[in-house]
Amino acid sequence: MSRIREIFADGLWHNNAGMVQLLGLCPLLAISNTAVNALGLAIATLAVLTLSNLIVSVARPLLQREIRIPAYVLIIAALVTASELAFNAFLPTLHARLGIFLPLIVTNCAIVARAEAFASRNPPMVALVDGLAYGLGFGWVLLLIGAARELIGTGTVFARLDLLIPGAPAGGVTLADDGLLLALLPPGAFFALAALLAVRNIIHTRAAQRNRGA
Amino acid sequence: MSASGVSVLGGTLRLTLIAGIAAAIVGLAWELTREPIAANQHERRMAEFSAVLGNLPFDTLDYDAPQRLDPPHALPGDDVAEIYHAKLADRFVAAVFVVSADGYNGPIRLMIGMTPERSIIAVRVLSHSETPGLADDIDRERSDWITGFDQQRINSVNDPAWALEQDGGAFEGFTGASITPRAIVLAVRDTLIWAERFPDRWQVHGP
Repeated sequence: MSRIREIFADGLWHNNAGMVQLLGLCPLLAISNTAVNALGLAIATLAVLTLSNLIVSVARPLLQREIRIPAYVLIIAALVTASELAFNAFLPTLHARLGIFLPLIVTNCAIVARAEAFASRNPPMVALVDGLAYGLGFGWVLLLIGAARELIGTGTVFARLDLLIPGAPAGGVTLADDGLLLALLPPGAFFALAALLAVRNIIHTRAAQRNRGA
Repeated sequence: MSASGVSVLGGTLRLTLIAGIAAAIVGLAWELTREPIAANQHERRMAEFSAVLGNLPFDTLDYDAPQRLDPPHALPGDDVAEIYHAKLADRFVAAVFVVSADGYNGPIRLMIGMTPERSIIAVRVLSHSETPGLADDIDRERSDWITGFDQQRINSVNDPAWALEQDGGAFEGFTGASITPRAIVLAVRDTLIWAERFPDRWQVHGP
């Protein structure tokens, strides 16, 4: 049980793929312009990462050192293709909005990193938990940046939630009538990530000082 | 190789097996999603057509086999232009033009519904890569700007109304972005002019 807690603590915070390892920056920066886009990509990444960890772990007997990289690439590419097809079939409008970034999950190095560092060395159930933890860790960072950029950029957050959950309100939560356009443009992604890393570093430093003091 | 004790043949066989697993995953996903994807695409296409054809009744539409004009052609844009024909009881009732406007960040794909009398039914933007925030109003979901083309006609090649208000015309512009709306107004105008000059190239008669 403590093992699982440890995995979640690492994936969600201590070793977070988006905030500490800084892996998968391409989707993190590019598709975090609205909360709904971010959430859609976070769900797809979570699904691919969890399943790839599971399959890599199950396929461990086949993974010799020399062939492991092409094997990861094959497995991850197949899962990304499957998730893209699923989005196209069941969430077509969101699929159109995410565009190229859905297939580009295949280049998210956080996924290969978990396959190599964890799934290829651990039994299937633990690997599955690790995939869930790191997927959720990447997801909350993506969603937080997406929500912050949308809110600062347009004054509204969670607009078009109906694309993700049919029947949900389309208008989102409006806190201001207008926003700062810069937050929606590519530089806004870098500012948002920088602010998040700064906050994380402050928390980290404070915790380290407290530990030293104790 | 000897360290892990695997031969080239062994590695190849293992990788082949993994490729088989990958192929099975993709095959299964494709089988499960094929029909919904085809249905979605058809539905999306039909929704686009019904938007630019308004409430006009029609019973046949050549949506899967349009008339294609390869560039260079005299319609707006450097992409392939498409012309679709809607008929009711074998009588030609409307055409739908798909052309490209020359936007700020590349082509803006437009769908234009037009009656045989060269009156616009409606215009919609199919795809674009304009600056978010500044050019959002071309999207029907965000604003009703694009409905300003409904029922419009052109009286002459130099009709002064077919320009932005800031250029002395009748169409509203956007704050902060004039290139995008101007490109759309000019592309719709040029499509009307083309339709006026070459009626034989897009009107169809008989079944």
